[in-house]
Amino acid sequence: MSALPASSPGYAHLVGRWGRVAVISVPMVFLLLVFLLPFLVVFKISVSEMDTVFFKDVLTFKDDAVFLALKYGNYISLTQDALYLTAYLSSIKIAAITTAICLFIAYPFAYFLARSPADRRPALLMLVMLPFWTSFLLRVYAWKMLLADAGVFNNVAIALGLIAEPVKMMNTPFSLVLGMVYTYLPFMILPLYANLVKMDLTLLEAALDLGAKPWQAFWRITVPLSASGIIAGSMLVFIPCVGEFVIPELLGGPETLMIGHVLWNEFFGNNDWPMAASVAVAMVALIIIPLALFNKYQAESTAGGRV
Amino acid sequence: MAPTEPLARAAPAAPFLQIQHIVKQFDDVFAVDDVSLDIAQGEIFALLGSSGCGKSTLLRMLAGFEVPTSGHILLAGQDIVGLAPYERPINMMFQSYALFPHLTVWENVAFGLKRDGMPKGQIEERVTQMLDLVQLKPYAKRKPHQLSGGQQQRVALARSLAKRPKLLLLDEPLGALDAKLRQRTQLELVDIIERVGVTCVMVTHDQEEAMTMATRIGVMSEGKILQIGKPAEIYETPNCLFVADFIGTVNIFKGAVEVDEADHVIIASADCKHYVSHGITGTQGMEVHVAVRPEKMSVQKEPVNDAQRELAAEVGYNLAQGVITELAYLGSLTTYHVKLGSGLVVKVTHTNDARHGSSSLTWGDAVYVWWSGSDVVVLTR
Repeated sequence: MSALPASSPGYAHLVGRWGRVAVISVPMVFLLLVFLLPFLVVFKISVSEMDTVFFKDVLTFKDDAVFLALKYGNYISLTQDALYLTAYLSSIKIAAITTAICLFIAYPFAYFLARSPADRRPALLMLVMLPFWTSFLLRVYAWKMLLADAGVFNNVAIALGLIAEPVKMMNTPFSLVLGMVYTYLPFMILPLYANLVKMDLTLLEAALDLGAKPWQAFWRITVPLSASGIIAGSMLVFIPCVGEFVIPELLGGPETLMIGHVLWNEFFGNNDWPMAASVAVAMVALIIIPLALFNKYQAESTAGGRV
Repeated sequence: MAPTEPLARAAPAAPFLQIQHIVKQFDDVFAVDDVSLDIAQGEIFALLGSSGCGKSTLLRMLAGFEVPTSGHILLAGQDIVGLAPYERPINMMFQSYALFPHLTVWENVAFGLKRDGMPKGQIEERVTQMLDLVQLKPYAKRKPHQLSGGQQQRVALARSLAKRPKLLLLDEPLGALDAKLRQRTQLELVDIIERVGVTCVMVTHDQEEAMTMATRIGVMSEGKILQIGKPAEIYETPNCLFVADFIGTVNIFKGAVEVDEADHVIIASADCKHYVSHGITGTQGMEVHVAVRPEKMSVQKEPVNDAQRELAAEVGYNLAQGVITELAYLGSLTTYHVKLGSGLVVKVTHTNDARHGSSSLTWGDAVYVWWSGSDVVVLTR
C-alpha cells in the first residue's frame, strides 16, 4: 500500500524523469543553501580550536600533509557543565508545558471552529490569524505592560479590591508560559482545524447508533482520527518553543533559563563561538528526534489511507 | 391445535413497529408529512422514493438522529421518540458504511458490544459469529481501506447486526456497489437478514432493489406515503398515477368514463376505447388515466382477429393503430415504441422466447397494438 503513485509506471512517463527531478530539486536546492550549508558552517565552528580571538581551520596543510583537527572538547563540556543540561531540560520542560496548554485550549477551539456553519468559518479563521497582523515584538511588549507589578491587571485588581498588593507576574514561569502559549496558539489551532473540518460526521452518528454516548464517541472516534492534527500542531509549537529566545528574554525571569539564552550568551557574552556552535548543533540533534518520530507516524498514516 | 398456528401468524397481536402521524418540518418545508405505518416483526420493509421524498428523514427519525416535529414511534409497544440514538435497540447500516477507519474489521464489529460493557469472552464469541455470518473471518485484522466495496458492505452489516438489534435500518444498502455486485448482494443480504430474523426497514431509490429485497414496499413522494403493499401489488395495482409511473414502465392513456357498470367500464380516449373488465369507483364522465404495462401489450402487423380476444365483449376495444418509431433489441426482450394516431407513443415489450423469432417487425411498420381488459389499471388520481 505504500507510495503507489511515485513508483507506478502508469503516468510516470507523462511527467518524465527529469520533470520530477526539476520539481523536487527546487525545494531541495533551497534547503541546501539556507539550511544545510549554514548548519555545516556551524558544525565546523563547533569542532574548531579557538585561539584568543579567531578559531582555527579544521583542515590544515603543512609539510606535504593534511591535518584534520576536530576538537570534541566542547561536546564533552556540554555533558559535564550542569548549566547546559539544566538549560536543555528546562527548555524542553517549558516547551512541553506550552505545547500541552496550547493543545488543551486549541482542541475545543478548533473543534468549535470546524463544526460552526461553513459560511461563518472564514471569519472565525481570520480572527485566529488576526494577531499576526501586528509585530510579534509589539504584542509581547504589550504583555509586559499588562503583567507588570504596576501593570493593567494588577492596577485593575487593586482598584476593584480583589487584592491588596500587586501580584508578581512578570519575569516568572507564569509570564513566560503565558507569552509562549499566546504566541504559538494559532500554530496549534490551524492544523487541528484543518484535520477536524475534514472529518466524516457520519462516523460519529455511527458511533452513537452503536451505543456510544457523545463523550465516548468523541474519545473513541474524533480524538484518534485527529491524531495527525494533534501531532502536527504539537510539533509546530514544541520545536520553535525549545529554541525560543525572544519571549524568555522579554517575559522570562531567573527561574526560566532556556537554551536560547545560553546560546546567545556563548556567542555574544563569552564570545566562545565553538562552544555556542556545539550548543546549537546539540539542539538541532535533540529536535530531530521528535521530528523523525512525527515523520514516521505521518508515513504510516498516509499508507493507512488517511492523512 | 395445529390449525391455530398459521392463524396466529396471520394476525399478530400488535404491529412490532408503529409509526403514528409522524411529521418532520425543516423551516417551512414538510420533509415528512403525517406518515403512519405499521410494520410486523420479521418484515423487510422498503421505503421507496426519489431523492428528497423524505424517506431518509423518516429513517433518521427511526435511528434517533432527527427528532420528529410531532407524532409517535412505537417499537414493541414502547414510544422511542424521546430516546437518544445510543439508547435505542436499533442499529443502522449507513449508505457510506461509516466504518471507523482507524479500527480493524474486528474492532469495528466489536465497537457496539464494548460500549454495552459486554464481557470480553462474549464479545469474542459474538464478533467471531458475526464475521462467520458475513464470511469475513480471514479479514478480521484488516483495516476498512484494505477491503473491497463488497467486503466493506459486509463489515457494515456485521457491525449493525452484532448487538442483535430489535430493528435494523438500511440506508441505500447497495447504493455504493456496482451493478453486477449489487444483484448478487441483494439476495445475499436478504438471506442473512432472514437467517438472523431481524425486522428491517430499508430506504432506497432503486425500485429493483426494493422489489427484490422487501416483503412490503411503501412508495413515498413529497413527504407522504402514497401506497403500501407487496412488490406485486405495487406493480400490478398501483393506486395513483405517481406510483404507476414511478415503478417500472407504463403507458398512460388519458380518457373519460363512458359506461360505468358494476362488472365493467368503458373509457374513451383519443386513440381507442378501453374495455375494463372490472368495476371502478368513479362516475360517468369522470376524467381518468388508463395504465397498461408494456409487457401486457401485443403488437402485430395483421389486424387482430376476434379469436385472439379473451372476452367477446372486448372485440373492437383495447386496440390501437400506429407506426413503429423505435425498436430496442435487449436480448431477452425487444421494446417497440409505437406512435399512435394522437401522437401518443406507447412502449410494447415482447419476450424473445424463440431463437429465430417469427417477428419481422421493423422501423416504420404500420401495426396494431392490443391488450386485454383485465390487464388494465384505471387510475382516478
